[in-house]
Amino acid sequence: MSENVWILGIHMTPFGKHADKDVLDLASEAALAAMKDANVTMKDIQILGYGNLMGGTQGQSLQKNIGQTGIPVFNVSNACATGATALRAGVMAIKAGEADYALAVGVEKLSGAGLLTGNTAGAMPENWTPKGRQGAIMPLDGYIGTTGMAGLFAQIGLAYNDSDPRADFELFARIAEKSHSHSTLNPNAAYQKAMSLEQIMGDPMISYPHTRSMCSANCDGAAAAVLVSETKLRTLPLEQQRRAVKVSASIIATDPWTPGNQELADVNTVTKNASQAAYEQAGIGPEDLDLAELHDCFAAAELVHYDNLGLCAPGNAIDFFNTGATWRTGKMPVNVSGGLMSKGHPIAATGIANVWEVATHLRGEAGPRQIEGAKVGLAHVIGLGSTAGVHILEKSGL
Amino acid sequence: MSIPIVDYLVLEPKPHLVAQECTACKAKVFGRHNACPACFNESFAEYEVPTTGILKTFTIVQFAAKGIPVPYTTGIVNCGGMDVAANITGVEAIPENITRGMEVQLATFPLGKDAGGVEAIGFGFEPV
Repeated sequence: MSENVWILGIHMTPFGKHADKDVLDLASEAALAAMKDANVTMKDIQILGYGNLMGGTQGQSLQKNIGQTGIPVFNVSNACATGATALRAGVMAIKAGEADYALAVGVEKLSGAGLLTGNTAGAMPENWTPKGRQGAIMPLDGYIGTTGMAGLFAQIGLAYNDSDPRADFELFARIAEKSHSHSTLNPNAAYQKAMSLEQIMGDPMISYPHTRSMCSANCDGAAAAVLVSETKLRTLPLEQQRRAVKVSASIIATDPWTPGNQELADVNTVTKNASQAAYEQAGIGPEDLDLAELHDCFAAAELVHYDNLGLCAPGNAIDFFNTGATWRTGKMPVNVSGGLMSKGHPIAATGIANVWEVATHLRGEAGPRQIEGAKVGLAHVIGLGSTAGVHILEKSGL
Repeated sequence: MSIPIVDYLVLEPKPHLVAQECTACKAKVFGRHNACPACFNESFAEYEVPTTGILKTFTIVQFAAKGIPVPYTTGIVNCGGMDVAANITGVEAIPENITRGMEVQLATFPLGKDAGGVEAIGFGFEPV
């Protein structure tokens, strides 16, 4: 029987613009606050999982800034699942019995970065010469498909449930309306203003049916978590044990072969596989969840993940959303933080930030946006390529 | 002189797409692979993709990197069971013109000449 793993301390910086801080300031702020929350220092940490996808810093850069102790560092890069992967590295080390304390950190500075991908076109060559595995004679973005994530997830959403015609512009806009409403209660969100359906649908179109306010918000931010083995946790003061949050499942999965998934990323199968494995590992079903933070990088993504995470009956995500189930007042609150669309999406921070959100509710410390009585929650991310990360968290029974 | 935008577009005798089909499990992919992603078998045969299909899903890109002409429609066309990523051409890129489930057919068009005067040929699918 491998060791159970708990979150002892966790922190998320406010998401938004941090013009006066660099990547290491943000990573340090999150790491130091998470360790303070856990009542440990760098001296106690035995392994570091670190992710900074776009900024190029390493965990070693963070160590040089806050404490060089010689411990192993796993620098991870898994697109938008980078933070969850850093966390997973710590979980694995503790489960393997190689560490009692692990630190996971994800950080990004993205304010003003434009689109998530596809900001720069490749140069047109002077002569047409076939290159690469498809013998392309020129950059293909715009000529065969799009590298833009807004367009990619638009296609994924419009394909929902055998291209159900009810999965349309207005439905996706209403999902974004929920996110922008939820974030009004979140002081850490990059955007905290409610938006009407008309405002959302009237915003500049990025890739139909995604307008700007239906896309994840590029911003700055960091999140960090201190993990502890259950054996060590039981030696700590009772108050720390009460605030600790159990990591009942920690899953990272990649996309298995499905026909067509090299033409359009199949984020559905990978998320279904990861969530099923997580529910099995935790011995918990989706009906037991009190809240979920899922990877709404675009409005259409949220719809498909209701289904992929088993929050609704198969094929029933549209009706499920239309009942109001996923609003914070509904029976299955989803993205009460405002999600990636409104809280923001500093890529490598996201997979730990959504764990922070769930853990904060389980601790009963979420303030005005608290989901009362929350005992079990799920945090999900998708990194294109593709990777799904699912963590299921439980409140301490003490 | 002309040259296709990718090597899986074959121009003669009539334009068509050519996929790599695993000789063991019949999984189909575009481009060079070292082994089958489905069954790990290491041999492929060429598979001629039907030139008509059904549009499964799409997006209309309005905002892209500088230099890429917008708006354009792109999507996934199911051609006799195989999904193909391609732009939807021959019709103005507005939502009213594009329906999931519509029948489309392969179309080719010139994309411009290089310094040596060689014409690049692109492809898309247009409504039947």
